[in-house]
Amino acid sequence: MLISRYHTQTAAKSIIWVGAFGTLAMMVWILWEVLREGIPLLRLEFFLDSPRQMGRTGGIFSTIVGTMVLTVVAVLIATPLGVGTAIYLREYTRESKISRMIRFGTDCLAGVPSIIFGLFGFVFFVIFMGLGWSILSGGLTMATMILPTIICTAEEAIKAIPNSYREVSFALGGSRWQTIAKVILPNAIPGIFTGVLLGVGRSVGETAAIILTSGSSFLMPTSLFSPVRTMSIHFYMLAREGISMEMAYATGAALILLILVINSIANWLLHRYVRKLEGKGHA
Amino acid sequence: MPEKDKIHLTKFSSFYGETLALREISLSIRSHQIFALLGPARSGKTTLLKSINRLTDLIFGVRHTGQIFIDGQEVFGADVVLPDLRRRVGMVFDLPTPLPLSIFDNVAYGPRLKGITQKSRLGEIVEKALKSAVLWDEVKERLSSSALRLSGGQQQRLCIARVLALEPEIIMLDEPCSGLDPISTTSIEESLTNLKKDYTILLVPHNIQQASRVADQVGFFLSGELIEVGAVDQIFTRPRDKRTEDYISGKFG
Repeated sequence: MLISRYHTQTAAKSIIWVGAFGTLAMMVWILWEVLREGIPLLRLEFFLDSPRQMGRTGGIFSTIVGTMVLTVVAVLIATPLGVGTAIYLREYTRESKISRMIRFGTDCLAGVPSIIFGLFGFVFFVIFMGLGWSILSGGLTMATMILPTIICTAEEAIKAIPNSYREVSFALGGSRWQTIAKVILPNAIPGIFTGVLLGVGRSVGETAAIILTSGSSFLMPTSLFSPVRTMSIHFYMLAREGISMEMAYATGAALILLILVINSIANWLLHRYVRKLEGKGHA
Repeated sequence: MPEKDKIHLTKFSSFYGETLALREISLSIRSHQIFALLGPARSGKTTLLKSINRLTDLIFGVRHTGQIFIDGQEVFGADVVLPDLRRRVGMVFDLPTPLPLSIFDNVAYGPRLKGITQKSRLGEIVEKALKSAVLWDEVKERLSSSALRLSGGQQQRLCIARVLALEPEIIMLDEPCSGLDPISTTSIEESLTNLKKDYTILLVPHNIQQASRVADQVGFFLSGELIEVGAVDQIFTRPRDKRTEDYISGKFG
């Protein structure tokens, strides 16, 4: 039996349409569910007060601080490493055994479940290096976790830069490093930024790996060696241990808002940077 | 005359992997003149230019035999510092290649790499270079706007200005007018004629007529071989080789 071209066209369109709107609907539904339950409980004190009675009352201030600091530590460690690896792979070496091995390694790393990273972090950072349950242990563990994403996006960004830019820079007397610093990196930054943002999202949302490496103390951290409880872990504890479903929802809503704020600020910064890069001000 | 030779090639051959790109080229190019490299596509002209400033180093699997000298110094010698060589031998590519920077920053790119940071000094260099490339009057009001917003002809003159800002000794232009309209082409040809007072110019013209308009000496290349070299009048009126004559008269190409 032949199906007319018109019908296949309609069928394909419907499937694509359902796919696209199904995704959107799912996202809206999840957001709606969490925000509907959580937002009414969000008060200023909730953000500025620390948890009390295991989180049954009080706020989430210490967990916000913990989340931010841990994420910053992870990103600060993973970004230079990841970008450095990407530069090495793209600018300093051709396809070779070593580059293929590095790529294979990062691909594998990207597929490892987070609980395994947690276990590794626990054995290596917490116990072997003696960092204990701390922001540093958690940050280092998260750094190893987000490294593949950053390498991959940075490599794509560097790959996308036209070869003529390199040629021009070399032809004008640029050394390899000057070319990287003045042409390659500035033009790759928007792409690298995307990778870093994905890393931020992953750090903010991670629970398993962080429970194993940073502990779950909700006391206000005082140094990089303090244990912390991030917002995701707080959420998990509140819900899993039946402490307070209401507070769990409120924390979830705050977490979503935090991610929205981070993404908006990041997008704004990126937009400003791209405008500046293409030359408007500055002579 | 040999003391006035700026560039000298002895039996220079170049290969991409197993493919021969240039076969035993021996050639002398005098200073303060425009030398045109004439020939159909894939005859090795670009490879020759990129060998002189060693941009061929960037291409994987290129090797060479023979020698290239600039003022008696071997280009492939162990003591050559590549950035210095490339500052001495500036190159303009066939398509305009402005960097995604402002007009000012594009021209100041080379001088800054050399370590010049003083603003007033950079300003002087940029102004002088843009004036020599006949672009200053069109862009002096908007030096800080993006070079990508210039027209194709302006972008190509910007690329010439960028090379001039290096204060090179030799300028190589690889079909600099290939994407340009006749008016832009004329203005670029005029600036070339002005520039030869101070520089040695190697030009791959984008057609035979351009060679006859601007060149002093012409070398005719075919399939990686240098068929014939001579003064522009001689090449165009009394070519010695049949293949040169056929190419000039448009029988192939």
